[in-house]
Amino acid sequence: MKIANKTVSATRLVKDALAKAKEFSDYNIFTFLNEDGALKKAAEIDEKIARGEDAGRLAGVPYVLKDNFLSPEGDTTASAHILEGMASPITATAVEKLEREGAIMIGRANLDAFAHGSSTENSYYGPTLNAYDKNRVAGGSSGGSAVAVALDIVEFATGTDTGGSIRQPASFNGIYGFKPTYGTISRYGVVAMSSSLDCIGFFTKTPEDMDLLMSVTSGQDPKDLTTLPDYYDSSEVKKVKKIGVIKDFDNDVVDAEIREALVKKLDILRGRGYEIVELDMPILKYALAAYYIIQPAEVASNLSRYDGIRYGFRSNNSAGLDELYNNTRNEGFMAENKRRVMIGNFVLSSGFYDAYFLKAAKTRTLIVEEYNKAFEKCDFILTPVSPNPAFRLGEKVNDPVAMYLEDLMSVPLNLAGIPGLAIPAGFNKDGVALGLQLVGPRRSDKSLIEFSKELI
Amino acid sequence: MKYIPTIGIECHVQLATKTKLFSEVDNDARGKEPNSCVSPVDYALPGMLPRLNGEAVKFAIRAGRAMNCEINPSSRFDRKHYFYPDSPKGYQITQFYHPIIGEGFVDLASGTRVRIEHAHLEGDAGKLTHFMDYSLVDLNRVDTPLLEIVSMPDIHSAKDAHDYCHELWRLMIYAGVSHGDLYNGNMRFDINVSIAPEGSDELGTRAEVKNLNSFRSVERAVLYEIERQSKILDAGEKVAQETRGWSDDTGKTTSQRSKEEAKDYRYMPEPDLPPIRLSSDFIEAELEGFPLMPADYRGLFGESMKSDILEILLDYPQLMKKMHEVSEEDTGAVVLISNLFTSVLLAEEKAAEYLNDLPLTEDLVELSKMNAGKELSSTATKEVFLRLFDPQMRGRGTKQIAKELGLIQENDLSALETIVDAVLAKPETQKAQDDFRAGEEKVIGFLVGQVMKESQGKANPAAVQEILRGKLK
Repeated sequence: MKIANKTVSATRLVKDALAKAKEFSDYNIFTFLNEDGALKKAAEIDEKIARGEDAGRLAGVPYVLKDNFLSPEGDTTASAHILEGMASPITATAVEKLEREGAIMIGRANLDAFAHGSSTENSYYGPTLNAYDKNRVAGGSSGGSAVAVALDIVEFATGTDTGGSIRQPASFNGIYGFKPTYGTISRYGVVAMSSSLDCIGFFTKTPEDMDLLMSVTSGQDPKDLTTLPDYYDSSEVKKVKKIGVIKDFDNDVVDAEIREALVKKLDILRGRGYEIVELDMPILKYALAAYYIIQPAEVASNLSRYDGIRYGFRSNNSAGLDELYNNTRNEGFMAENKRRVMIGNFVLSSGFYDAYFLKAAKTRTLIVEEYNKAFEKCDFILTPVSPNPAFRLGEKVNDPVAMYLEDLMSVPLNLAGIPGLAIPAGFNKDGVALGLQLVGPRRSDKSLIEFSKELI
Repeated sequence: MKYIPTIGIECHVQLATKTKLFSEVDNDARGKEPNSCVSPVDYALPGMLPRLNGEAVKFAIRAGRAMNCEINPSSRFDRKHYFYPDSPKGYQITQFYHPIIGEGFVDLASGTRVRIEHAHLEGDAGKLTHFMDYSLVDLNRVDTPLLEIVSMPDIHSAKDAHDYCHELWRLMIYAGVSHGDLYNGNMRFDINVSIAPEGSDELGTRAEVKNLNSFRSVERAVLYEIERQSKILDAGEKVAQETRGWSDDTGKTTSQRSKEEAKDYRYMPEPDLPPIRLSSDFIEAELEGFPLMPADYRGLFGESMKSDILEILLDYPQLMKKMHEVSEEDTGAVVLISNLFTSVLLAEEKAAEYLNDLPLTEDLVELSKMNAGKELSSTATKEVFLRLFDPQMRGRGTKQIAKELGLIQENDLSALETIVDAVLAKPETQKAQDDFRAGEEKVIGFLVGQVMKESQGKANPAAVQEILRGKLK
């Protein structure tokens, strides 16, 4: 990462980033460009450097913030109409840690509204375009963040991953995207999607940058009781010998060229003396179904607070309270938001809770156990991130089930709370980026990132 | 037909913690501007997460102990969903599936034992004030910690319903977990009332009356419901399962919501809060030095104190603690001191103030001894008792105060005899002496009075009379 110093000023880095952001404006990456704020901060950092002070481990590094992180810089909209104009009085813990080390936010990135989606087409502000093919989707939900890094506007961007929202857009745009172990980075100040699945993570171009960002932002936070005790920096890098591949995923569902990319990487690993272990993990078949019960249930609950009373958008001309709620939520949410609210409320409603939510929760426990067993047989698992590479804009937008199927290989990790690193895996014959993911047991985050260097 | 009522009661207790249940904001909003005790967590800014207040957990443990309940080693929170502006998150954080407090019981003075089904922690809602065409929202009360105590349907009379609520109030005060200010809604009661023909094995259909905030309202609402439901059954009709509201003004309950209209709260485990795990060491440490409860005091004083006096004193844990200290010093002092507490102290205008600064136990014991030794008349005892609350005087001790006020009775017989002789030598007492000798018994009072006057009130009237009778034979 280019860190500001006496030869490269923070102001130079920020100006370059802002210039590129404008150059690529047709990709629809940003919901807010932080020109004045970023330049002001850059000047402060340059002064610090001039005085010979320590300006931090990320001094003057411009970055892009997914627009579901709260900070007083720019409105936090989550790309949702209902949060239009939502100025936050507080700063998310992750943002605070980045800025303390001198990182400079140059803009807020587009996402599927409330992070509901796999293409960034569900944004109130329109879709973000794929970095390699403007006719294709950026992936989602962190589409803006991924494309900003892929187009070299910035060297890193933040993301959130509930079912693949970092790893899938990373693979669609040929970069690294990391979803850490659940609870590694504080969720405080990040618009909640599905609380038991949400993870904060990053997009970078190298494993080294990913490691640095994890070192800066990980750690227990008294404001998020689900964070784990500090472990990242102190964890030992483990000696990797065996890599697992899942039999069940090696079938017709997966695009042929992605399968080829996987085989190629496995050959490299074999060549370097790693043992490849075949894993039978039949329970993962049920992961997507369990995910699309637990996630909408928590979504329905977390979206209950958006009622137009205290902040954000409020629909006018409502007679009475019920109408105010109905109109505000009807006009303020995207179709996909509403779909999930309806599914979620259905699976939680009395009489259906046991049949759906409880069963999904039990399935989740079985998935955790399945991974525990797998990691007795191997150190890490290598799988595709998604069954297909970046699809065309509009191709799946009217077919929610096809869209949900894109999450097939990414959601099991969120259900199990384990880390996954999307790594670039070349391009297909159409020049569309391909990606794979390395999966590790809980708290193996540092080793996982370190090991990914073997696959470059 | 004669019906037996069956009543179960849910009680919401606001816990008097320093901060709210899920944020670090001041929990005491009394006298504060609306919406001034509200953090981003409380008003549900996106991305905010609840932080559990450990003091509330400790208070729940204490309350559970007060009700002889099991403290569950593992409990957790759930979300209860509903849309209303008093609920900024769109859900209340409560403990639906795994409450912190398990089964227990509360014994009433009447002997009735009311079993506790469970008690759980949850956040309170905000407050709405309605006007003609708008409503105002005050979120100060949002996520004030509540302990909801759910009883078993063990109550079968309006009086027991009243006394159960009253007893819960005492327990919460004794355990030190609530201000117990009913006027400000510190405790609110929901009652479930059903009636069934005498001898029937089955319970009737219940009606729930919500949001009662005094023991008296509870009693009246139960009486009203028994009467209302009896009339329905007598007419051969069926009682509807519904939620009803109570009006203190009309003394009536009115239908609010039927079973069909009941809300579906779509309960879900709260993913933002890990389970509460309590080790037995932690619970033990919290309960170390746990104070005596009303039932303990009933056991201690049931024989030495009259029950009506005991029941009055039980409303004041400070007085009971003092009574306990007094009785440990001198069991003979119990009757006098408990009488003084009820008839003198509690009748004082400044009683509330006095309660927080009670006399030394030794001074009270001394007072009782002086009274028993006839050194103080009953009037003098009351007077010295009140002086023991006077910051200017109390330090001097009972005896010194009595001396300074010249209230000590003369019991020295030879000294008394001298005074009696002096009185009998006075010409104005001659007629009375003659009259007494002639058999006019009641003039002895006049003579005693003269002696008292001569002694400036210090003489013990009984002793004086005895001496007079001896001399006038």
